[in-house]
Amino acid sequence: MTDNSKTLNVKAEDGVEVEKTERIRDRKVFLPRTDIFETQEGLVLVMDVPGVDEKSVEITLDKNVLTVNAYPSYPRFEGHSLAYAEYGEGDYQRSFALSEEIDRTKIEAKVKGGVLVLHLAKVVDAKPHKISVKAG
Amino acid sequence: MIYRRYTVPSAWEEMERIQREMGKLAKSVVAERGRDAAFPAINAWTTDDEEVVTAELPGVNPQEIEITISNEVLTISAERKLPEMGEEVRYHRRERAVGKFTRSIQLSFPVASDKVAAHYENGVLTVKLPRAEEDKPRKIAVKSL
Repeated sequence: MTDNSKTLNVKAEDGVEVEKTERIRDRKVFLPRTDIFETQEGLVLVMDVPGVDEKSVEITLDKNVLTVNAYPSYPRFEGHSLAYAEYGEGDYQRSFALSEEIDRTKIEAKVKGGVLVLHLAKVVDAKPHKISVKAG
Repeated sequence: MIYRRYTVPSAWEEMERIQREMGKLAKSVVAERGRDAAFPAINAWTTDDEEVVTAELPGVNPQEIEITISNEVLTISAERKLPEMGEEVRYHRRERAVGKFTRSIQLSFPVASDKVAAHYENGVLTVKLPRAEEDKPRKIAVKSL
């Protein structure tokens, strides 16, 4: 009998890579809580990343995907033992797909008090590049 | 798991201790998971002489955090505000808790409230609480008769 089955080729949506790579770091990874606001100038992202300063966060933009990676530091207490724990130690990672309206060259990021604020202005530009983070 | 009585692996021992302590503290502290989890999340580290409480508290002005100690209860209050936005704002996502909050936790022992120190760095509040002098264990000499 001839083979009647068809294989479906599922194409990943253009511009969004679906493959997941493994992390080398052996820490847990958390999704930081994020608020997303839209104003007339653009979008504002506010993320809770306690334990992070401007040196321990990386923001990259690749095609349409904005990825935030943060590596918080946790204080160590010599000789103390853990009596009670509600939060664990881990890195933060979250990705967002940006629409065509966002200007890729005008993204600003600031970190203060464990909160990362990203300002994304609206205009069209689609080149991938890194964004530097300032303290503030 | 079989192990000799005098060499208990320390990781296992730590886990059992934490489970016991969590069971004790869970009665006095709200500790649900998910969106209703108590805010801020708290960890507590102890030695015989000191307890250190760390709280994940991003986005708060440290001058406005109120910390009070009464009996063996530590209370932390503050307010989280949204950044200034202007008039026409649309929300696409709102996951962060905002507003005034208070959280109380039971400490392991009475503390010397005049020697308590707290600092706030990158959104993490650390409170160091030394044990009260009168509560420290004292050696008792055994006299032979």
